[in-house]
Order: sequence, then structure tokens, then C-alpha cells
Amino acid sequence: MSVKQISIFLENSKGRLAQVTRTLAKEKVNIRALSLADTADFGVLRIIVADPERCISVLKAAGFVAQETKVVAVEVADRPGGLALVLETMEAGGVNVEYMYAYVEKSRDNAVVLCKVDEESKATEALSKAGIATLSAEELARLS
Amino acid sequence: MIWNMRDETISRTDLTKVQGDRLARLVDTLYRKVPFYRKKMDAAGLTPAAMRRTEDLAKFPFTTKDEMREVYPYGLLAVDISQIVEIHASSGTTGKPVVDAYTQSDLDLWAEVMARTLSAGGTTRHDIVQNAYGYGLFTGGLGSHYGAHRIGATVIPISGGNTKRQIALLQDFHSSVLTCTPSYALYLAEGLREAGVDASKISLRAGFFGAEPWSENMRRDIEARLHLKAHDIYGLTEIIGPGVAFECEEQNGMHLNEDHFYPEIIDPKTGKVLPDGEKGELVITTITKEGTPLLRYRTRDITYIDRTPCPCGRTTVKIHRLLGRTDDMLIIRGVNVFPSQIEEVILRIEGVEPQYQLIVDRENQLDSLEVRVEMNEKMFSDEIKMLEKTEKRIESELFTTLNVHTRVKLVEPKTITRSEGKAVRIVDKRQI
Repeated sequence: MSVKQISIFLENSKGRLAQVTRTLAKEKVNIRALSLADTADFGVLRIIVADPERCISVLKAAGFVAQETKVVAVEVADRPGGLALVLETMEAGGVNVEYMYAYVEKSRDNAVVLCKVDEESKATEALSKAGIATLSAEELARLS
Repeated sequence: MIWNMRDETISRTDLTKVQGDRLARLVDTLYRKVPFYRKKMDAAGLTPAAMRRTEDLAKFPFTTKDEMREVYPYGLLAVDISQIVEIHASSGTTGKPVVDAYTQSDLDLWAEVMARTLSAGGTTRHDIVQNAYGYGLFTGGLGSHYGAHRIGATVIPISGGNTKRQIALLQDFHSSVLTCTPSYALYLAEGLREAGVDASKISLRAGFFGAEPWSENMRRDIEARLHLKAHDIYGLTEIIGPGVAFECEEQNGMHLNEDHFYPEIIDPKTGKVLPDGEKGELVITTITKEGTPLLRYRTRDITYIDRTPCPCGRTTVKIHRLLGRTDDMLIIRGVNVFPSQIEEVILRIEGVEPQYQLIVDRENQLDSLEVRVEMNEKMFSDEIKMLEKTEKRIESELFTTLNVHTRVKLVEPKTITRSEGKAVRIVDKRQI
């Protein structure tokens, strides 16, 4: 089970992050989660939104290079060691995590992290065997 | 298709005679009517009598762009201003603009050579020519316009830019011929793709692209994406604008309209005329122009002359696709680098588009070359390490070809400056 994430290429220059968020705000696209990775020259903004298709077309119309990628939304027990268990499970299953970030949500027992993995089905299988839930796009949307 | 069967397939003997007569008349006119040229000829101890055969031309002095600027605006006029009906000028981005002033007969000549150009790619009166070269002082727009009119084709004078409108008109008017810069052709292809328009469904079948150097790879790219046959055309404001040379259906070198523009290839350092086939700087003498005729104008374009008979039947010489410019050549840490080499490398790499810019600078007494490459969806990855890998791959390919270390920087699409549809390829920040 995976959810769609939008990645956006940004030059590492003043005001670009503000411009992309302003573009989304104008079209009433709400950002549910985000991570920003950067180098000296450029950055990649990754976001989770309710309607990825619309979000992509809004961004492209504004001239951004944007792409849809799949990430796994994993439920993590909201206590010390919760995340370690998830990562150990994936490691044991031979899954590489490329990057991960947390999802914004209302208060509840579990947290959610979004993981980009090399083999999605392998990750889901390893996690489910260990009793760790992954969420679908609909389930994720219901959390907000 | 050959527009002017008589003049474009003239025998070599007849052509040489025509050229010789026209050269003699030109030198005579320049001596009598243009003080700038009289002074130059006097200084070289030459009179019009020294111009008897075409070979005698090599004795005469060159004309350079800097000299044209010094006598701006009217210093090269060979007729009274009352006979001038139109003026064009270069953009002047690197100094004072250079001026081309046309008499009515010059405009007729321009229409003729552009009709030859467009016909060579199969344009007829039944075609609809979407002219996306900029209209105005720039010669691309009106030159193509006059040529298409001469043929009797339908011109859509949309001018450059406004991609959305270009796309709408391409579809609505079923334009069959596109005229613009090669970089704009790619831009338009990208626009079509973004708008979800299938390029194989529009009516374009031929394109005439010039005003900036481009490569064979870029041609293939444009042809595949716009579903048309792409013809390279050559011209420059100083000489007449577009219409100096053009590719025929063979797409193998550009036929030069030798009955109006006399070509020589010289060694840019010594000024000596080089034998056919040797690479050097193209020098052109306008042998029929009235308004601002030029004697041995140094184009700064690097090419060579090919006299192999062309299967198309034209007897005029061909010049090879431009190999670079004498003033575009960068010397980076002592190594000669032509932007065209960089373009070839960039285009070889899967997914990379030929939208690039070179930034030359000097850090701690050492030249540095930064190559900015515009990001696109094919190249993009959400993982930083993949993007860095792309940069590294381009850097290593460039090093293999140029033997100079470069720093590749991925930039956002459409951030590379474009002027009059021409991409600004080189920014030299060195202060020497």
C-alpha cells in the first residue's frame, strides 16, 4: 500500500520556497506533510496533498518541474522506540529507506511517517508481518 | 524545389563571370560613394582598377563589425538616404548596433533569396507559414515574411514569443511551415507537450531555423518532437538578414547565394584566404546590394566551403553548418572551448535538453566554467543523490570531450535568459 507524493525541483535561491507555497495557496491546495532536501545549488520539496493530480497540474502550469512518486505511509507507535522498530523491521526485510519524514495530524495514539523505499511491496509485506500498519491514501486523508 | 532555376543552377563559368563583373562594379561604387571605403583603399594603395578578376578580391581590405559601429549610423550608405526604404539593425547587446539600410531593390533581393530558402524546403503558395521570428529591427521576422510573400504562401505574422497563442494558431490555421530560432522551436515543442497537444496531429511539415548556432543532435530532436523536416538557414543583419545560405532537401550543408554574396574562408589570425575545405572564418562581400554594400565582411562565423556537386541540382557552393564563432571561442585555462562542443555533449546524454548556459569566471587567478542545465521532467528525481549523479555524469562527459573541468549546475526550467528568441549561451564574468 502506498500513497502519492509530489516532488518539486527548486533552485536554491531566495524566495523560491515562498513562491511555490504561494502558488499552492492561491489554488487552495493544502499541504499535509512536507520535507525539504537541499544542496548548495538546488533543493527538492516533497509534499503530501489531498488531490495529487490537481496539485501537479497547478505546479506545472506555474512552470515548476514536479513529479509524482510513491511513498509508504507507516503507522508508528507514539512512544520511544516506535520508529526504531519500524526501521529495524524494514532493514530485516532487506528494504532500503531512501528518506523519510513525519506526517502532520491531529492528536492520536500513533504517529505516521512517510518513507521512500527501494522496494515498496517488500516493505509493506515486512511491516505487515511485524504487525505494523501501512495506510492507504484514503486512510491518510481521514486522519486530517 | 528550386525557386530560381536560372540563377541557382548556373554553370561555374557563367557564375564566375557574373561575380567578377559584379565585384568590379561594387568596388567602383564603394570607392566613389563611400568615403569610409575610399579611405581604406587609398591607405592600401588600391584603386578600383585593381579589381579585375574574382581572385583580385583578396588584395582588398576587410570590413569588421567594430568598423561598422564606428561609422554608425549612416557611414556605410552608398546611396542617398532618399533611396532607402527600410532600415534594420542588430540588437546592439554587445555595443552600438550595426545597421543595414535597404533600397527597394535590396528588399526585392531579400525577398528573392528568402524565396529560394523557403522553396528549398518545399514551401509553395499552398503553404501556411507561421512566422515566429521576431518582427521589428531584427531581420528574422520581416526577411521570412518577404520571402513567403514572394512565393505566394500565406504568412501568419505572429512574431516571437507568446507560446500559448502560437499553439492555438498552429492548430486553428493548420500552419504547415514554421520559421523561428531553433531554441524557440524546442520551446514550442515543450509547450505542445505541456498543453497535451499531439505534435503528430498538427499540420507542420517543414521548419526553417536559424539566427543562432545549433547542432545535428538538436535538429534530430526538433524533427522528432515537432514531426517536421528541420532546415538550417544562415544569415546576418550586416549582410542582409536571413537568406544568405540555406539547406536543401539533402540537409547536408547550406547553399550560399553566391550570385549575390561572394564567400571566402580566411585564417582568422593571418587574414589569408584558405583553400576550399579548410575550416576558417567566413568572409562575405555583397555584390548586388545598393544601400549598405559591404566589402569582405568578417562574419566571425567558423565554417568551410564544400564544392562537391549537390544531388539537388543547385550549382552554388555549400557552407558547412556553423562550427562556432571566432568571438564565441572560449579559452579556459589555455584550452579552446567552443560552446557547440558543449552542446553536442549535453545532447548525447539521455533526458537532457539543449537548454544550457555557460558561465565563465575567474577564481583565484584560475578560469572556471560553470555549465547551467535546465531541469526537466525526464531528468528529475525526488532523490538528491540521483540529481547529484546526473550533475556528475554531465561533468565527466564534458571532461572527456573538452579536457577541461566544469561545474554542472541544474537550474529550474526557463530560467536561462533569452533575448529575441535567442538563448543567451555565454556569460563571461572574467575581468582581465
